[in-house]
Amino acid sequence: MRITCPICGERSVAEFTYGGDATVERPALDASVEDWSAAVYDRENPRGAHVEYWQHGMGCRAWLKVERDTVTHKIGAVTLVGRHANEEAS
Amino acid sequence: MSGYRLKTGGSLIDRDAPVSFTFDGKPVSGLQGDTVASALLASGHRTLARSFKYHRRRGIVSCGTEESNALITIGEGGRAEPNARATTAELYTGLVATSQNRWPSLNFDVMSVNGLLSPFFGAGFYYKTFMGPTRGAWHFYEHFIRRAAGMGAASKQADPDRYEKTTLFCDVLIVGAGAAGLSAALAAARSGARVILADENAAPGGWLQAETRKIDDMPASDWAKSSAATLDASENVRVLPRTTVYGYYDQNQLGAIERVTDHLLVKPGHLPRHRHLTIRATSVVLATGAFEQPLLHDGNDRPGGMLAGAVLRYALSYGVAAGGRVAFSGTHDGIWETALACAEAGIGVAAVADTRRDPPADLVAACEKFGIKARARAAIVRADGPGHVHAVEIAEVSRDGRVMNGIEKVNADICATSSGWMPAVHLHSQAGSRPGYDEERGIFLPGTPREDWIAAGSCNGTFGLSAAIAEGATAGREAVKAAGFRRPRAALPVVEADREASEPMHLRIVESPRGTKAKIFVDQQHDVTASDVKLAHREGFRSVEHLKRYTTLGMATDQGKTSNVAGLSLMAKLRDQNIADVGTTTFRAPYAPVALGALGGREPGAHIRPLRKTPMHDWHAENGAEMMPAGAWMRPRAYFKAGETLEQAYVREARMVRQSVGIVDVSTLGKIDVQGPDAATFLNRVYSNPFAKVPVGKARYGLMLRDDGLLFDDGTSWRLAEDRFLMTTTTANAGPVMQFLEFLLATAWPDLKVHLTSVTDAWAGIAVAGPNSRDVIARITDIDMSNEAFPFMGVREGTVCGNPGMIARLSFSGELAYEVYVPARFGLAAWEGLLAAGRDRDIIPYGMEALGTLRIEKGHVAGAELDGRTTAEDLGLSGMVSKKKDFIGKAMLNRPGLVEDKRLKLVGLKSEDSASIRIGSQLVQTEEAGKPGKSHGHVTSNCYSPALEAYIALALLEDGPERHGETLWAADPVRGGHVKVSVRDPHFFDPDGSRMHV
Repeated sequence: MRITCPICGERSVAEFTYGGDATVERPALDASVEDWSAAVYDRENPRGAHVEYWQHGMGCRAWLKVERDTVTHKIGAVTLVGRHANEEAS
Repeated sequence: MSGYRLKTGGSLIDRDAPVSFTFDGKPVSGLQGDTVASALLASGHRTLARSFKYHRRRGIVSCGTEESNALITIGEGGRAEPNARATTAELYTGLVATSQNRWPSLNFDVMSVNGLLSPFFGAGFYYKTFMGPTRGAWHFYEHFIRRAAGMGAASKQADPDRYEKTTLFCDVLIVGAGAAGLSAALAAARSGARVILADENAAPGGWLQAETRKIDDMPASDWAKSSAATLDASENVRVLPRTTVYGYYDQNQLGAIERVTDHLLVKPGHLPRHRHLTIRATSVVLATGAFEQPLLHDGNDRPGGMLAGAVLRYALSYGVAAGGRVAFSGTHDGIWETALACAEAGIGVAAVADTRRDPPADLVAACEKFGIKARARAAIVRADGPGHVHAVEIAEVSRDGRVMNGIEKVNADICATSSGWMPAVHLHSQAGSRPGYDEERGIFLPGTPREDWIAAGSCNGTFGLSAAIAEGATAGREAVKAAGFRRPRAALPVVEADREASEPMHLRIVESPRGTKAKIFVDQQHDVTASDVKLAHREGFRSVEHLKRYTTLGMATDQGKTSNVAGLSLMAKLRDQNIADVGTTTFRAPYAPVALGALGGREPGAHIRPLRKTPMHDWHAENGAEMMPAGAWMRPRAYFKAGETLEQAYVREARMVRQSVGIVDVSTLGKIDVQGPDAATFLNRVYSNPFAKVPVGKARYGLMLRDDGLLFDDGTSWRLAEDRFLMTTTTANAGPVMQFLEFLLATAWPDLKVHLTSVTDAWAGIAVAGPNSRDVIARITDIDMSNEAFPFMGVREGTVCGNPGMIARLSFSGELAYEVYVPARFGLAAWEGLLAAGRDRDIIPYGMEALGTLRIEKGHVAGAELDGRTTAEDLGLSGMVSKKKDFIGKAMLNRPGLVEDKRLKLVGLKSEDSASIRIGSQLVQTEEAGKPGKSHGHVTSNCYSPALEAYIALALLEDGPERHGETLWAADPVRGGHVKVSVRDPHFFDPDGSRMHV
């Protein structure tokens, strides 16, 4: 697989580390134990389109949201997360 | 009669270049261009191997990668490669070939007695015999059974060869350089696109090597050769011979093995044996060809039983007659054409049997002109021995393979069969939907592509020569278009008198006149017979997946390339279903065996991962230290003096630290520079204890939890400025902590103004511990070391041995102690400076064992206790968990399972037997060693304590803190050991911490 990092360009998947399901919304620190349990343990495990966190650990170290098809492994849109999420990569 | 070299013919051999090699120690001669199989066949060898289970004689079946029987060991010592296919191994002078699975010799094999016992060794024999009450017998018999059954033995020596890995990029990859592949490459090359043409054989052409028709007025093999040469000369084309594309992965990434020096007499030192290629192609043409399938009959596994096409290919490519009298049996026109071509090449052909009612009259007449016995509606129903084939029985057979009548015995030494060709859809299947079975044509065809590939030629069911060439050209043009190039024009070569390929009759197995006594081998490599398949059906293992696992059909090294189809069709017949409904198993990579060395590349042994060394590494090694791995790092275990055991060494070191002073290399601790206006807020959320109000110039011990409330890591963080901390982590968790913190800043708290930098390698760290540590450091620094100016947990910047550095007053050992940090390049200077400064105080370096001993005596936890299952409360650290603030892990910390009674909690153990308490021992209440009973917990860390003069340990024990004073036994039944221990507080030494505050 190859992932196009918005900062570094198209790279081998070997440079990236999987970081979990990006559709899970992380609760606030003071959220209830039920909310936290759901966020930590409950997963949809979809067949097909999915959004995941990946870190470009052997490149710019940016955390990315990567659209991936769990059947074909086709990579879709890749975006930065966090405060740079809406910035254009230059 | 056996095989011999024909007077003429052989497109691949050089008759002027003899090559000598040995087979089972005896010299054999062949020719340059031979494979081991063609040379052995030419020199009259018939039995090359003994079979897997019954030790039956086995010879050469095929002429290529699909070979099921002729498996040999090539090379000696560390270079010995077991289970090599003689049919693909290129010959060179001095090659050493050895037969397998026989004792004492190939012709007299003691284990062939297994064949007599074969009625007992049917499918599922081992499951039935060794399950249930007799299960224990397996442990006794296993050794003998494993010795008796098997293939070649792997060498126990290290592989002396070198392997490489590389990545190739191209616009179009073409897999297979047969008629269709060459045609595709010629078309694609004209576009200017970067083209790679990979083929598993040494010479291009594939089955063109056994083609009698001319292409562009040239012999087909010459056309292949000149086409490949034209391609190789094009700048945009790379032709890779001896390259097997074995796997098709996501996003058009393919794996291939290039065999670089296997065929060379002198293997140049600069070349690797194999090169692993990762090929990234924009589009791919799969022209992988097809495998001829046998027509199975009684005795089909005898040496002399071959695939019809292989007999012809040996004649045309290598000038080898497989035998003196060949009998053919098949289900389509090809069997006649092959027999005729063999006869024209000078091979004696005894008979041709065709199962169809009305084979083409012209082919029958042509055969009869050669004096070949021709029979329609007939098949070879039995090959007779003894040993290899001496005669065949031809009989009239019904449409479903039953023997009708008219059995006729024909003398023959080769029994060549064909039930048609099966597309090689392995790669297609790996990168697409499952292959579909075309019931009408009786073949599997490629499914729907999931990746960007186009199939061409016989792998796509296009068997005619000119049709395959035309389809290849079209595929080449479409592939370059898909890769973004203009479709080039293509001029197709002219094929002489092309006859349309006939569809074979659907029959894979003919029954035997001997009925149930017949030995019809479906999977020859795994000795699976038609009776085994029937047995599996009777016993209910009827799905394809069950059949495969119960009988091991298709699970040998050839992955059933010439046996799966017959097995499936037999099961379909037994179930009275179509093959399409019975289904096929999935084709998985690798398509052909891959040497593990090639996957390892240049990173075997010590190179398997980077080795990390501290700036003081060489000093440790030169001063008696035994180095041990700690994650990717190497750390000194102990510094040995002459004659010392490990225990003596670390006990001496630990004692010296408590008495005077010692230093230990702590450069491996993870270090993260945390900067930004929100640095304190960030750490306050990350650690379970408060960090918001740590003053500048102070360090604090912090505990980090995971989201689920369990312990993650611990370490100290030093506040260097209002907006700056130096965080330390455990050696093992340096990477994971950094990654988690980056994740939090990116996803959860993007509003926090904090930046993280890993500075683990930037700093060398030295812990200086012992009552004299302050005095020694004072001699090498300009920092005021007095207790008043530099209190416990203080952090100061200044000089260390004249270089810039930082010192923090921290103690892991429980003694007065400091951690001295200097930039990595000054690490050795600081280390040697400290040792020089402390010489009159008998300063010593100490290693990991002494470091562990000192912390165990203090009851400090480390990686062994932070095992991913423990909570802060389990380890007696509940005081470190804030009740007032929010932090990572807080919400899930008090879930019922994490606070219930009976959790394993930290305790100290003292040996009452003067014996070491081994790590991993289970804590039990029974004194009797043999019957440990229920486990109440386990030992996590241990040492001999010089302070207590006893063996002590840390352990996790059910309700531990309430059981101080109890007597238990540390049971270690596997390694042997049953030590009486007393449970106590884990703070063995100086529990009120007075020593570190002086």
